[in-house]
Parts: sequence; C-alpha cells; structure tokens
Amino acid sequence: MSRVPVTSSAAALALGDDALVLSHRLGEWAGHAPVLEEELALANIALDLLGQARVLLSMADGTKDEDELAFLREERDFRNVQLVEQPNGDFAHTIARQLYFSVYQHLLYGQLSRGTSPFAPLAGKGVLETAYHRDHARQWTLRLGDGTARSKERMQRGLDSLWRFTGELFRPVEGLDEVDWAALEEGWTEEVRSVVEEATLDMPHGPRVGAWSAGAGRQGLHTEPFGRMLAEMQHLHRSHPGATW
Amino acid sequence: MSSKDWPLWEVFVRSRRGLSHTHAGSLHAPDAEMALRNARDLYTRRSEGVSIWVVPSAAVTASSPDEKDPFFEPAADKPYRHPTFYDIPEGVRHL
Repeated sequence: MSRVPVTSSAAALALGDDALVLSHRLGEWAGHAPVLEEELALANIALDLLGQARVLLSMADGTKDEDELAFLREERDFRNVQLVEQPNGDFAHTIARQLYFSVYQHLLYGQLSRGTSPFAPLAGKGVLETAYHRDHARQWTLRLGDGTARSKERMQRGLDSLWRFTGELFRPVEGLDEVDWAALEEGWTEEVRSVVEEATLDMPHGPRVGAWSAGAGRQGLHTEPFGRMLAEMQHLHRSHPGATW
Repeated sequence: MSSKDWPLWEVFVRSRRGLSHTHAGSLHAPDAEMALRNARDLYTRRSEGVSIWVVPSAAVTASSPDEKDPFFEPAADKPYRHPTFYDIPEGVRHL
C-alpha cells in the first residue's frame, strides 16, 4: 500500500474506524438474526465493511499494520462516528442505524470516487457495496414501517433514538478537503426522508447532536457501550500480544 | 416465522458466460423483492453480470414421477419421429 500524506492518514483512520466498528456490530448478529436469509445478508454487509476497514487502516499509518490499529488502540484513539458504535438493539434499531449510515457512506464514497484523493480507488469499489447496503436498509425500513402496528412502532423508535447521532456525520473530516459536506447533508436528508415517508413513518425531529456526549466520535470521545465492545473485540490480541494468526 | 408469511421460492441463475438460467436452489422470503436480494447473497456471491429469476415454488407445476414412463419413454420404434435421415445441404451453416 502506498504511503499517503499525513492529512489523509487522519481521514483514513476516520473512514476505516467507521467501517471496522460497524462491521463488528453487525458480526454480533451472527446466529441471532430473525431468519437465516437475513443472517446471510447482515454477515455479507459486515464482510464488505471489514474489507473496507482493512484497506483504509493499512493506509492510515505507515508504522502500524491494520491489526495493531484495530486491536491495540484505546477507545480514545478511535475516530469513528458515534452512530456506528451504538448497540444493535432490536432488528428495527439495527436497520435504522444501517439506513442512516449506509446512505451517508454511499454519498460520501460517491463524492470521493469522483475526486483525486488517495481514497478514490477504494471509494469507487465501495460505492457499489454501499449501494447494496443502502438498498437492504431501505427494503427493511419499508417493510417494518409499513408492516404491523408493532413493527411500525419499533422502526419509528429506532429512527428516533439514533437521530441525535446523525449530526456528527456531516462534520468535515480532516484530509477529506474535496468533500462538499453541505451537499452531502442535503442529499442525505432528502434520501432518508423519502425512505421514511414511503415507509409511512415520521421523519425524526429534534437536535441532531443532542446529548452532551453525542457528536464527538471523530475527536475520540465515545459513548459508553463502545468501551465494552472494544474489550470484547480486542481481548484475544491483548492477551497474546505479538502472536501471529 | 410461519411458512405462510415466508413462502418458499425457487431460484434460477444465469452466470456471466452462461447461456441459460439454471436452477440453483430455493430459499424463504416474504416477497419477490426480498427473494431476489436473498438469492443474490446466497447463490451469486455478487459476481457481476449474472441474471437471477425467482419463482414462488407454488407456481411451479412438476411432472409426476408416477407417470414417468408414459411421459418420457422415447418412442424408439418410430424412426420418423427422429429427423436424422436426410443429408444436410452444403452451405447451410449452424445446423
């Protein structure tokens, strides 16, 4: 992997951590999904994201490999947005998180793939994967939102409770200078709104960076469940440092 | 999950270089849209350029195994059924 400038390194860490952390969360569904087919779909998405994370993390730091970055960094050194570290909750909660993030990632990769940054090749490939992720989230939002009274209520609850983590998505990331963040936010809002309304749900309202803790994942400030997730993810590597696998 | 809400679908896949759709297997899905997406995950691993058909299993009428003989036994003693005993004229290609 070619070395990238330092500013890009920060960006690689941000994008790579997003993909890594969400991939881990989706991996937690293995064996627990509502049906076998959905198990496959979630695992597929997790694998796509893990693939992106591997490329991005190996671009991030010339001195550390992807494993060191994934397994030996403290919570405060992770640069993912807080949205992706949120626990799975019920299926609707997971789908709401997928909808918010996949629309964001798809639009972001779309912009990057048309640019000249070191991320353009990865984004060009990732844009196809994220199109599928977005489609999967859309399909399930429509079914749950326009399903039974109970699934509708749960889907709405998922969208509402994760809403306060969406503001962070549009904060400019150091090193991604060519991204038009205002256009990204506009496109995201429009797309999410059209899915939410088609699913006969209400667009969440209220602050998009609500609680004191929300909105600082890119600075290394994370929500409480993230520490427990990392403990599980990093346990083996920390118990046997330096082992090859 | 009841089988009424998640009926069985038959999946036919044509690979990128394939000439026809081949039966690949079956899966459960709530509707055709989801069946297509599940088929993509299960049977194509997302290789580009493939075509997928999904058909509700209930829509497939199969020949009965009991009637196999009358259905499929070729009438070998009626050679006029096998158009093999004429010469192909020169100049006719791709025959």
